[in-house]
Amino acid sequence: MHLTTYLALAHRGEQTLADSFRTVGQGHAQHPDVLFICQTLAAMSDNHVHQLTPIVDRYGEQGHGDDIEEPERLHTDGLAEVRSGPVGLLRDLQDLHVLGTLVQTTWTVITQAAQGLRDRDLIAMAQQANSDTSRQLSWLNTRMKAAAPQALILSQR
Amino acid sequence: MVDRIADIWGPRAPHGRGTVWPARVDQYLEDGLTDADVDRWVQSACLLCSNGCGCDIAVKDGRMVGVRGRATDVVNHGRLGPKGLYGSTPWARSPDRLTRPLIREYGRLVETDWDTALGRIVETSRRLLADRGPLSHGFYTSGQLFIEEYYTLAVIGKAGIGTPHMDGNTRLCTATAATAFKESFGADGQPGSYTDIEHCDAIFLYGHNMAETQTVLWARILDRTRAADPPVIVCVDPRRTPVAIEAERTGGVHLAARVGTNLALMNGLTRELFVNGWVDDQWVAAHTLGVDDLRTVVDPYTPDEVARICGVEPDDVRRAARIFGTSATVLSTVLQGFYQSHQATASAVAVHNLHLLRGLIGRPGSGVLQMNGQPTAQNNRECGADGDLPGFRNWDNEAHVHELARLWNVDPLVIPHWAPPTHAMQIMSYAEEGSIGFLWISATNPAVSMPESARIRRILSGDQCFVIVQDLFLTETAQLADVVLPAAGWGEKTGTFTNVNRTVHLSDKAVEAPSEARSDLDIFLAYAQAMDFRDADGRTLIRWRTAEEAFDAWREATRGRPVDYTGLSYTKLRGPTGIPWPVNEAAPQGTDRLYTDAVFPTATDHCETYGHDLLTGAAVTEQEHRALRPDGRAFLKGAAWTPPHEQTSDDYPLLYTTGRTVYQFHTRTKTGRSRPLHDAAPDAWVEISPIDASPLGVTEGDLVRVESPRGAIEVRARIGNVMAGAVFAPFHYGAWDLTGVAPQGQHRQANELTMTVWDPVSKQPYFKTAACRVVKLRDGDRPAPAPTTAASAPVTRGVPATAGGAPTTATPVATPHYPNDPAGTDDVGDR
Repeated sequence: MHLTTYLALAHRGEQTLADSFRTVGQGHAQHPDVLFICQTLAAMSDNHVHQLTPIVDRYGEQGHGDDIEEPERLHTDGLAEVRSGPVGLLRDLQDLHVLGTLVQTTWTVITQAAQGLRDRDLIAMAQQANSDTSRQLSWLNTRMKAAAPQALILSQR
Repeated sequence: MVDRIADIWGPRAPHGRGTVWPARVDQYLEDGLTDADVDRWVQSACLLCSNGCGCDIAVKDGRMVGVRGRATDVVNHGRLGPKGLYGSTPWARSPDRLTRPLIREYGRLVETDWDTALGRIVETSRRLLADRGPLSHGFYTSGQLFIEEYYTLAVIGKAGIGTPHMDGNTRLCTATAATAFKESFGADGQPGSYTDIEHCDAIFLYGHNMAETQTVLWARILDRTRAADPPVIVCVDPRRTPVAIEAERTGGVHLAARVGTNLALMNGLTRELFVNGWVDDQWVAAHTLGVDDLRTVVDPYTPDEVARICGVEPDDVRRAARIFGTSATVLSTVLQGFYQSHQATASAVAVHNLHLLRGLIGRPGSGVLQMNGQPTAQNNRECGADGDLPGFRNWDNEAHVHELARLWNVDPLVIPHWAPPTHAMQIMSYAEEGSIGFLWISATNPAVSMPESARIRRILSGDQCFVIVQDLFLTETAQLADVVLPAAGWGEKTGTFTNVNRTVHLSDKAVEAPSEARSDLDIFLAYAQAMDFRDADGRTLIRWRTAEEAFDAWREATRGRPVDYTGLSYTKLRGPTGIPWPVNEAAPQGTDRLYTDAVFPTATDHCETYGHDLLTGAAVTEQEHRALRPDGRAFLKGAAWTPPHEQTSDDYPLLYTTGRTVYQFHTRTKTGRSRPLHDAAPDAWVEISPIDASPLGVTEGDLVRVESPRGAIEVRARIGNVMAGAVFAPFHYGAWDLTGVAPQGQHRQANELTMTVWDPVSKQPYFKTAACRVVKLRDGDRPAPAPTTAASAPVTRGVPATAGGAPTTATPVATPHYPNDPAGTDDVGDR
């Protein structure tokens, strides 16, 4: 069943997203709102990782073995370090948005499968996670809109 | 004769529920002058707290020499508080008034003339606009200007230059009030009225030490709580304030929630309404959205859980909730204890939620008063010299932007709506990095009032940004500027302003400003003229020249909006009383309370905002908003409590919170120049509970050092009524009145310790959540310079009582008819 591939993708994606939020927050700590909101949003993803554990136990998580179904290009690379300056912040937020979008579509796909399987626990979890990811993406979008004019027009860096 | 330093609230006039608050005229004349000495009385309203009391200014020999309350004014029924009585006039002829412009030459500020000062401003402004465009300009104004000045500044910034970088010190004090209204009701606007005091069964004061911040409003409450049928008071405050004492006296509750836990407490109270069946389900279904989500959000906050987080008794949570849940009418008031603390917007919105769940809004006795710090602050929110668009318009709504573009006859793209408005702290960050190279600061003192003072001083004194400061005095901020402009103050200029209660007052010019000082309006107009701002047809953009013409222009900008001034004029405002908006053809005498029909301005095409996620500040999109079909229903919005950003540790074991004292206002620009007010609270202090002071060996009056990771102050300790585990420092004290002591006076400035962090939705900085430690420096030789009369009262015996105000009069007069007062005037006379 390919669902396990997507559960693995969600699991790793959320972990990567959480780590990346923390990296970006710490890296741009001179913007206190970025620092603290990124921590809050990282905690949302941490929570999804935590909630996925019993579900993964039930279905099994597709690992990196010989029978791997997950194509390489579905790997989610996080942000290990941040860029500097106002444009750097904008780019880092944009990267987080790309990552969050991958996570969100993963939950969308899982929600569809969960309905087909009539797995109410997974439906509830996937819908909650999808809704949380929307909050993460909305904040990223809001913050990018606020930062964009000054960064793109006037930033020295 | 009443000493209003010793007797803060004046004589009591207890009166029964549902009757008009009796009138009394409070008056103070300087230097022992009497009525016979006064040449003339000039109509105005007091500026020294947000209550906005109607008053007359006494003029003798061309000088302002005192004030008296206006008995016919709906706001104060003739009363004035200690700050208004003693502090309104002495500053005006203080010898250190700014009288000539200053410019920086070779690192020093030197006197110059207006042409030179304006020339330098205009040259810098034009160069930056040409080289780098409008985003190089920022304006940081006040909550202290008049409608005419805010609106003119808003048009300069939003239609002349076109910069989103405009904000006011209102960001530090009332941004959360405005934001909470927008999130719950769709637009700014105070729903309640002071007249609710006469009709309520219970009053909840959330983080609001009204007894010190709005003394006349508190006197109005005392005149009810001291009557035979008093309302019950519930107080949420970490200090045992006079409000807390009154709560205990009336059989209410004092909830001393740990600093940084307001939202957990509010969620607990909200949960009690649900589980005890105190929700008006029918009303909620008809007039609100979001009840199911709110119920889910608050569900974990049982009284025991609230007790664990907040450090209050579970039964006190139950009792307070029962009072809210079972009283027929409830009035709630909110101030900085919520606005400047952790999760500010969510906590203030939670107050609305309680009222909406019970349908307690829009009728006498049931209202919400989200307070302001100044009676002029509201106007910045209305006129758009802050981040808002004029007239409570939605910057995210193209139709609203086009309305303004038509009104001003400019290209809609000039009007900054292509990014969220830039809040004050972000403006400072842009000035820090130099992408804002022109920062105009008017009538405010961020070097003392903004968090993390050392950083603000560095930003304002650096070469990366050209700084203009326009003020009455050479403030701590003005000393750092490149150009300083001398401004005329209250009584030296004409204009209008609107208090917490939506009541609009006209303040007439009483005397001439000293020497070359000019009104803020004239300064802005001179800049606009020199910059030669034009509209789309090449006509002069700003065509008004007088305050009255500016008011008329503003009135036109309010047409069709919730903040409707179309029925107001200078002539009408020269009547017996201030008039609460909306004032229009449907309500020619104004409007006492909003939402009497339970229809809220939430319709997508009408609202001021589409709203935000209270946890993160993420904006709701127009599409999302439209899909909800709010159509006049109010929003119930909740959020989970999260721990504050800085928590106590072994190194910093105490919570640090800042606040106010009854005798001082802001950074004491006016109150510090009044002898009675100065003497009542002459210097900074810090309050420590006996439990925390004892192991440190600190006793009353000892000199202590209070340190946070960002800075320190060295002040004397008051062993007082702050809750254990927290210390309190008044934020009023900077350096302008110090001579020969530490440069800049950082040793007593409370904001040296605070964090640069703000609410995700309102962007209001948090001044009340930091961690600190206290170290004793040496024994004291006298008590701390803190007043004994209110929340700063000592627990130590033998501290002399604060007293010594000059004599004032408090004269009962026949209670007149007050327009819009639901109590009417039947059988209520001179009590």
